[in-house]
Amino acid sequence: MTKVTMTVNGRPMSGEVEGRTLLVSFLRDTLGLTGTHVGCDTSQCGACVVHVDGKAVKACTMLALEAEGAEVATIEGQAAADGTLNAIQAAFQEHHGLQCGFCTPGMVMSAAALLKENPKPTETEIRHYLEGNLCRCTGYHNIVKAIMAASGQDVSSIAAE
Amino acid sequence: MYEFEFARPATVADAVQALTAEEAQALGGGQTLIPTLKQRLASPSVLVSLSGIAEIKGICQTDEGLLAIGGGTTHAEVAEGAGAYPALAALAGQIGDPAVRNRGTIGGSLANNDPAACYPAAALASNAVIVTHAREIAADDYFQGMFTTALEEGEIITEVRFAVPEAANYQKFLQPASRFAMVGVFVAKYFDGVRVAVTGASEEGVFRWREAEAALSANFSPDAIAGLSVAQEGMIGDIHGTKAYRAHLVGVMTKRAVSAAR
Ligand SMILES: Cc1cc2nc3c(=O)[nH]c(=O)nc-3n(C[C@H](O)[C@H](O)[C@H](O)COP(=O)(O)OP(=O)(O)OC[C@H]3O[C@@H](n4cnc5c(N)ncnc54)[C@H](O)[C@@H]3O)c2cc1C
Ligand code: FES
Ligand code: FES
Repeated sequence: MTKVTMTVNGRPMSGEVEGRTLLVSFLRDTLGLTGTHVGCDTSQCGACVVHVDGKAVKACTMLALEAEGAEVATIEGQAAADGTLNAIQAAFQEHHGLQCGFCTPGMVMSAAALLKENPKPTETEIRHYLEGNLCRCTGYHNIVKAIMAASGQDVSSIAAE
Repeated sequence: MYEFEFARPATVADAVQALTAEEAQALGGGQTLIPTLKQRLASPSVLVSLSGIAEIKGICQTDEGLLAIGGGTTHAEVAEGAGAYPALAALAGQIGDPAVRNRGTIGGSLANNDPAACYPAAALASNAVIVTHAREIAADDYFQGMFTTALEEGEIITEVRFAVPEAANYQKFLQPASRFAMVGVFVAKYFDGVRVAVTGASEEGVFRWREAEAALSANFSPDAIAGLSVAQEGMIGDIHGTKAYRAHLVGVMTKRAVSAAR
C-alpha cells in the first residue's frame, strides 16, 4: 500500500491505496464520496466524470496514484456549503434534466467543464461535448436544455418535450 | 486488475531505468491500458507512469520547421495547440470524447497502434518521425501491423515530428459504439507528392493506399481516384461492417478528404 494525497473539493485528503486502486474507488470507498458513480467501468458511460486539475476525466479509467498532489473536484463540491445548488444543478432541476439520476453527477461535471471552456455553447456543441456521457432515461433533450439555461441562454425554442 | 507496483518518475532517464525491471510497462494516459488491465489481458509487475515527465509534454516548432509534439502530450492539448497543422489538430479533437482526450496521449496511441486508431493515419500520411529515448524512426518503418510497431521493449516515445503539408484532411467514419474509426483516411499533400493513409479498414492495421497517392500526386482532385478501389481481401469484416463495406468506405472517405483538404 502507498499513501496518496490530493485536494478533493478544496480539502486535503489522503489515504492508503494499492497501485491498481482506481481514482473512483479512492473517492467512493476510501473517502466515502459516493456521488461519483460507476456505470460501466469500461470508460464508455461518463457516470464517473470528475475534474482533475480542472479537466474532466473518467475516474474509472485513472489510477488514484496518478492524482497524487492534484486538485480533484467531484459532484459533492458543486453545491454551496449550505446546500444551495450551483447554476448547472439548479437548471437540471428546473428543466427536468434527470430522471433516475444515475448519470447526473457525470453530466453535471461534464457540463461544468464545458461551460468553463465555452461559456455560451450552441446546442450542437453541447451534444458533441456530451459524447462520452450516456443517459438511459431522459433522451438527452432536457439535459441539453438545462445546460443551455445554465449558461444564461434562452431555451424557450429548444425542442424538448 | 492484478496488483502491480506503481512508479511515477520525473525524467525520461528514470523512466527508462524503471522500465528495465522484468515485466515493467509504461503507462501513458491509461485510456487503453487501464481497460486492458481490468480485463486481465496484461499483468505488469511495475507500471511506470509517464505523466510526471514534463520533458515529454508540449508542442513546439523545430529549427527545421517541423511540428514537434511531446510523446506525453494529450489529445486535448494537440487539438488546442497544434494550430500549425490544422488537420492534425482536428483529428485529435475527434478522438473519443472530452474526458478521453484529457488523458490519452499521442505516444500511447502510436505505441498501441490499434488498427482503428486515428493518430497512426496522421503519422503515416505525414511520414512523421517517431522519436524515442534511443532513436528516430520514420513512420514508414514504424507501423508493422495491428498492435505491432518497431518499438523495442521498454522504449519510450518522447516526441513525434511532423512536416506540415501544403494541404491535408482527415475523414473519420465513426464506428458509433466505440467511437473509433470504422474507416479513417488521412490525406496529406506535400510539395513532392501526396500521401494517403488508411486506418480502421485493414487486418494489417494502418496502410498507405499507394494507387490513390499516385493518382492524386498527378491531379489533386476527387475525380482523380474515381475509378480506383481497394481490394476486399485483407479488409476487416465484423458485425459493424463487411469487408466489402470497408473497402468501399476507403474510396468514399479518401474522396471526401481530398475535397476537404486545406
Ligand atoms: C471511450 C474511448 C474512445 C476512444 N476513441 C478513440 C478514437 O476515436 N480514436 C483513437 O485513435 N483512439 C481512441 N481511443 C483510444 C485513446 O486515444 C487512447 O488514449 C490511446 O489509444 C492510448 O493512449 P494512452 O496515452 O491512453 O496510452 P495507455 O493506455 O496508457 O497505453 C497504451 C499502450 O502504449 C504504451 N505507451 C503509452 N505511452 C507510451 C510512450 N510514450 N512510449 C511508449 N509506449 C507508451 C503503454 O505501455 C501501452 O502498451 C479511445 C479510448 C476510449 C476509452
Ligand atoms: S463508469 Fe467510468 S465511464 Fe462508465
Ligand atoms: S437520468 Fe437515468 S441515466 Fe440519466
